[in-house]
Amino acid sequence: MLKDQDRIFQNLYNDKGSDVTSSQERGDWVNTKEITDKGRDWIINEIKESQLRGRGGAGFPTGLKWSFAPKEVGSRPHYLVINGDESEPGTCKDRDILRFEPHKLIEGCLIASYAVQAHVCYIYIRGEYFVDGQKLQAAIDEAYEKKLLGKNAAGTGWDLDIYIHYGAGAYICGEETALLESLEGKKGQPRLKPPFPALIGLYGCPTIINNVETIAVVPTILRRGAKWFASLGREKNTGTKIFCISGNVNNPCNVEEEMSIPLKELIEVHAGGVVGGWENLQAVIPGGSSMPLIPKERCETLKMDFDACVEEKSGLGTAGIVVINKDQDIIKCMARIARFYKHESCGQCTPCREGSGWMWRMLERMAKGDATKDEVDMLGDVTNQIAGHTICAFGEGSSWPVQGLLRHFKKEIVKRNNLDPIVQKKNNIPYLVDQHLLDKKNA
Amino acid sequence: MSLRRPAKDQPESFEFNTSSLEAANVIVAKYPKGKQQSAVMALLYIAQKQNNNWIPLAAMKYIAKFLDMPYIKVYEVATFYTMYNLAPVGKYFVQVCTTTPCMIRGANQLVEACKEKISENECELSNDKSCSWMEVECLGACVNAPMMQINDDYYEDLDKQKTLDILDKILNGETPKPGSYRGRVNNEPENNRKTLMDLKNA
Repeated sequence: MLKDQDRIFQNLYNDKGSDVTSSQERGDWVNTKEITDKGRDWIINEIKESQLRGRGGAGFPTGLKWSFAPKEVGSRPHYLVINGDESEPGTCKDRDILRFEPHKLIEGCLIASYAVQAHVCYIYIRGEYFVDGQKLQAAIDEAYEKKLLGKNAAGTGWDLDIYIHYGAGAYICGEETALLESLEGKKGQPRLKPPFPALIGLYGCPTIINNVETIAVVPTILRRGAKWFASLGREKNTGTKIFCISGNVNNPCNVEEEMSIPLKELIEVHAGGVVGGWENLQAVIPGGSSMPLIPKERCETLKMDFDACVEEKSGLGTAGIVVINKDQDIIKCMARIARFYKHESCGQCTPCREGSGWMWRMLERMAKGDATKDEVDMLGDVTNQIAGHTICAFGEGSSWPVQGLLRHFKKEIVKRNNLDPIVQKKNNIPYLVDQHLLDKKNA
Repeated sequence: MSLRRPAKDQPESFEFNTSSLEAANVIVAKYPKGKQQSAVMALLYIAQKQNNNWIPLAAMKYIAKFLDMPYIKVYEVATFYTMYNLAPVGKYFVQVCTTTPCMIRGANQLVEACKEKISENECELSNDKSCSWMEVECLGACVNAPMMQINDDYYEDLDKQKTLDILDKILNGETPKPGSYRGRVNNEPENNRKTLMDLKNA
């Protein structure tokens, strides 16, 4: 288990209060000027050496992303945008940072803005987190009062303004280009890449977009050194991470742990074990709903980091661990996830808009045993038609969980669904129904 | 995609009151000059708050003029995002999360409780028109599942009886205390905390 002094988010459970004074006691804002005085190149280099990877799901190296920002500010200003649209089912880590460690985030914003030469930073928070956003706003106001933001922020000589922008319940706005569209006051439909936001982003200006957790760990990394951060976890998967353990465990919780911690340790030690004992475990979704599930046998030895999860044909994603025990119907669970994606598809690309609803309807019938034999293969076919054929990664996100189900629980589906449409004509199987007709009448 | 339709009965006109106008001007100032369209989402929230928790078409037209942008663009935004209510939802708007992490911890019991207390179908006003409920997708409090949101506040670690109690309160016009209903502190592992114990005991 990680030593307490190596935990970055000391106030994860709000033992000490989130105001600026107690944050300073925990080490925030102490020597911000000394850090920025070392220069942008030093900061970016240090982050590169710490091997910090983005905490929002894709795991892109943060230092590298920052280095994509133009070295000189041209006619267009630079922007820093913080992605706090956390909507991935199974994930609730950013919420705790927003409400309990806001000053880590704000100080991170200042350092990151300095590194990428931005004078304005927007923090995009999902609309449902309004109360938590208010707490962050209070912290921002406090920072302005103490001259930690605004002109010559924290004595660094750098001017920075931070604004909060609330989303309004669209999962897709967690995708960085959709988030930019939303910030510009449009509906959140992702943009084609390239051009990448680092060159053409918000209002057509160079924009760096990072997850809340990524930015919040930056000040601590720079204070304690890249070597310290890189010494935790393993090569290319360094540092600490907040894991959210939900589902059928005895003590669901958020906990900050070292990367590459065994999944079994997380569940048994921190979350109090699986409901009904480890033997009752059916499967685990390791990184939020868009990552394929991993069956029990593989969970015994799985290490929780980016590369180890990829080896299991899944991913660490946002590290939102959903534990599903044998009391649950795994097909029903995945059908519900498919319904989530059907609801959240932005509707821009046809494969995703139509396919996500198609997968949901098939899975609902499969859960009831109303599907035909050949539909099982058809379902796999539909997932392949979506993944990789859309503008953004939502296509993969919606089809991977279904592919995971087919990979590990195909037997279960086939056992339950053995209708033969030619022999049993009495079953009316709606291969294609306009999904809009199935929608709620009053919505 | 979610399909959303504006209500049939629409008020004739809409205008920001003084406090809304003030709030709107503060929001517009957050964005660069000429990019006032960015404020549309926040302004829709303000309109929704002013107009008893829902947005009439007249408000969209008003906001379009206010921000000097085409009405259809405001309409697009208001119909795209699910948190804008396009029909009356009552003073208390109950949203029950039923996505997988909540589902496997018994979110259906919360739905049953809503059906018993508020209305048989979702998006339907209760008898006294004071509240309505709907199933929503993940609200991002998965380790506190099952949970629901009433207006801005989260109610966590629920079960059927606790939900019934909460709904009784709001039907009586009271606002129940938000947060965990098993008495746990935030997101810590209940009775099983092993980290940062010095801070807890300090």
